[in-house]
Amino acid sequence: MSKIKCQCGHENPFGTVLCEKCGRPLTDEAQKSEMVDMRYEGSARRSQTYKKSVIDKIWNFFSSVKIGVSIIIAVLATSAIGTIFPQKFYVPVSGNDPSEYLEYYERLYGTVGKLYYQLGFYDMYNSWWFKVLIGMLGTSIIIASLDRVIPLYKSLTKQRTKRHPSFMKRQRIYGASNVSDPDESFNNAEKALKDLHYKVKVEDGAILAEKNRFGRWGPYVNHTGLIIFLLGVLMRGIPGFYVDETMWIREGETREIPGAPGYLLENVDFSVETYSKGEADEVFGEAIDNNGAIVSEFKSDVKLYKEKEGSLPGSSDVEFMKEYPIIVNKPLKFDGYSIFQMDYKTGELKTMTFSLMNKKTEQSVGEFTIDLNEPAKDYDLGNGTSIELMEYYADYDGIVDGQPSSKSPIPNNPAFIFNMKTPEHPDGEKSFVAIRQTLEVEPNDYEAKFLSAETRDASGLTIRKDKTLYILLLGGIVFMIGVIQGSYWQHRRIWIQKGSGSEMLIAAHTNKNWYTLKKDLDKVKEVATLPTYTDKQDKEAVIDTTEGETK
Amino acid sequence: MDYAALSANLLLVSFIAYLVGTLFFGGAVKVSKTEKTYKDSMWGKIGIVVTIIGFVAQLGYFITRWIAAGHAPVSNMFEFTTAFSMMLVGSFILIFFIYKTPSLGLFALPIAIVIIAYASMFPREITPLIPALKSYWLTVHVITAALGESILAISAVAGLIYLAKNVDLTKKSKERFWLEAVMFTVVLVLGFVVSSTAFSLSGYEADFTYVDKNGKASEMTYNMPPLFGMSEYEQVTTDTMKPWFEMPAIVNAKTLTTFVWSLFTGIILYILIRLIFRRPIAALLQPFAKKANSQLMDEIGYRSVLIGFPVFTLGALIFAMIWAHEAWSRFWGWDPKEVWALITWLFYAAFLHLRLSQGWEGKKSAWLAVAGFVIIMFNLVAVNLIIAGLHSYA
Repeated sequence: MSKIKCQCGHENPFGTVLCEKCGRPLTDEAQKSEMVDMRYEGSARRSQTYKKSVIDKIWNFFSSVKIGVSIIIAVLATSAIGTIFPQKFYVPVSGNDPSEYLEYYERLYGTVGKLYYQLGFYDMYNSWWFKVLIGMLGTSIIIASLDRVIPLYKSLTKQRTKRHPSFMKRQRIYGASNVSDPDESFNNAEKALKDLHYKVKVEDGAILAEKNRFGRWGPYVNHTGLIIFLLGVLMRGIPGFYVDETMWIREGETREIPGAPGYLLENVDFSVETYSKGEADEVFGEAIDNNGAIVSEFKSDVKLYKEKEGSLPGSSDVEFMKEYPIIVNKPLKFDGYSIFQMDYKTGELKTMTFSLMNKKTEQSVGEFTIDLNEPAKDYDLGNGTSIELMEYYADYDGIVDGQPSSKSPIPNNPAFIFNMKTPEHPDGEKSFVAIRQTLEVEPNDYEAKFLSAETRDASGLTIRKDKTLYILLLGGIVFMIGVIQGSYWQHRRIWIQKGSGSEMLIAAHTNKNWYTLKKDLDKVKEVATLPTYTDKQDKEAVIDTTEGETK
Repeated sequence: MDYAALSANLLLVSFIAYLVGTLFFGGAVKVSKTEKTYKDSMWGKIGIVVTIIGFVAQLGYFITRWIAAGHAPVSNMFEFTTAFSMMLVGSFILIFFIYKTPSLGLFALPIAIVIIAYASMFPREITPLIPALKSYWLTVHVITAALGESILAISAVAGLIYLAKNVDLTKKSKERFWLEAVMFTVVLVLGFVVSSTAFSLSGYEADFTYVDKNGKASEMTYNMPPLFGMSEYEQVTTDTMKPWFEMPAIVNAKTLTTFVWSLFTGIILYILIRLIFRRPIAALLQPFAKKANSQLMDEIGYRSVLIGFPVFTLGALIFAMIWAHEAWSRFWGWDPKEVWALITWLFYAAFLHLRLSQGWEGKKSAWLAVAGFVIIMFNLVAVNLIIAGLHSYA
């Protein structure tokens, strides 16, 4: 495409609205307008220039802020809909059976709940359309930024100190009039602007005073931060970058840590503490009276072990790494992994103690204790008496097909089949024993009578490893730098120029905060005689200034 | 020293100071004929001094309560909302020294007063921290988020003044309707305050047993006459009224009852105001907004979004994510409170883009600022009380 040559001799790229050097309006539209659009300095943006090919059209679609805002609103709306009812991952439905989810939403929320499920809103943030929206948002951020930042950079670096009067006239803040001594005004203004910490350039009877240009890059820096963040989120899909596992571990147990091969964890002790009224002094007394006990701490005291190098997986050849109390807000950290205190169970059965009774004499002939997680096969009570544990059902669930069955390996409801060998019955008497229940094939002389049980607690822990965290953090930091850069610093420019005869021209522009720009101008006017300017956008200002200047 | 009692008294002092400050700002606007007298008004100067006294007292409340509790007083609804109002006043004072506009005080202080009154309807006793809140991130995250929200709220105040001044209230229009709707919402909050206070002074209590949504038997005490009963409720106190309707298990009938009583009281208050003054509330406020410079209000509205947006991002999203990662093992979990913080952020991002490149200034920008405040309040009130999630500490 051909270049546009301005009257000042500068060759501008095709599509330029305001000459990069002198600011002369180059298009008919700009020439006719009273105020020119200064947002991108009237530079040639790809999206405003090329509109033919498919690529142009895609580019133009995503570079449009209107489209960008529409995508933001769409993400906003879908996110909001996702909060109407609880999302899938907060619903207490175990397993992944769709019909159970449907049943849950329908039972609690009726027809609307059913519709919510059927439309897929119950898993909004994992839905394909939500992901597509986020993808579009990312694309829009990249393309819209590129479309603007490059031409903006070019025209800000090429801008000339002396601008054409037609450029000045079309600024939002503009004034022109004759002054008594233009040279003195000019020099005073130059000094005053320097005192206000403007970078002042003088050329051929013209001043360009500029401040905080770097604030103009803020939006592009913060967009870069957002893109880094979104890339970080994408990278979680890469194997090894992200681990999210849970484990239940009982007191006294040592288990391999899921997701962290080679590491083992021992749960030494789990405890729950509540604020007691005495020690929490009178300050919390009222709150405890009103709310009942308030938990102060969930704690798992654990020991971390690592398998020695070269040892077989699952071997007991381990080395002790460290001991650590995991509490909420203080996860155990090692080798990029973090282990969090998330849940707990108290009072899980650990051991049960029985006494072997002679039914007739009601005399005990000995006691035995069964470890419910690793039950021994035989228990010798001495004097030719022993118990053989024939079958063990940790979580007894009734008789299925004529056989007792266990629904889980967790000893929630233990049941046993004992073979009781006594001097009278060397071959043993068989007995089925469950909680509050004893079944015998034929009447026995002896019975195993439940004496006591020991319980223990279990900790629910979450294991995380997230290598993308630093990328996300970097994205966040870059975003913050950009957003602060763009919000707290405003790019201000003041043009002052000697016209023909004793005329002076003054114009000013800022990307935001016009109030302070005008204050700066007023300060300059205090020391230099300059034309009165008007703010073309402040219609009430006329009244304000006339009334305000009666000092 | 009894810091807890001192703290409560200081809060009362600040509440009264804000009321008095409002009157002085009203005076400043009333007596000024020109922009000049308006800006340099003696009334306005006294107004800001009284406001600063109130702010210092409220800061005193905050610090003494912090000492008494041993943790930053931002751990429940009462504490957070009070802190929010304090920061709102702080932001106003800051903006006042830049722009010197008494009208801003005239609108900002009543909003702070209503917010404090609203906060006081929730349990005020000092509560020890539950394990999830025991972290210095509580202080960092919540205070930064509240500060960001309060600066953003200033933009809504400026927007409201802009609208009160520039919406033509003589003709019927959508704008007039919505402006009055905003005023009505404020009256509703007052309705909540009035009805809660009245029933709590009368010591009303009605106990019920009911079955919750997981099918478990539970108990509930109403502090207002129960219009709606919980699912399968049984009355325990027999001399109290019988609920008119029984609600399904997913509806918290107590919250609904409170809402309906507040609505009822609010409507009565609104009708009374209309009967006494024979004009819409927006029209009552218009003379007080007339003195403000529209361009300046627009500027303040925009600037406070520019200043507040980064603070909000840092506090409500970045610090929130870092803490969520420490406490809940994931930095983001689509908890309703998190989602609504994201929505607030997206909304203000859209606001900035519309303003920057679509030229949405003046009325459009003012409406957006007011809508942003509505979203912030929704996240504070509705998400905590209706959409229960991990953040429901109140």
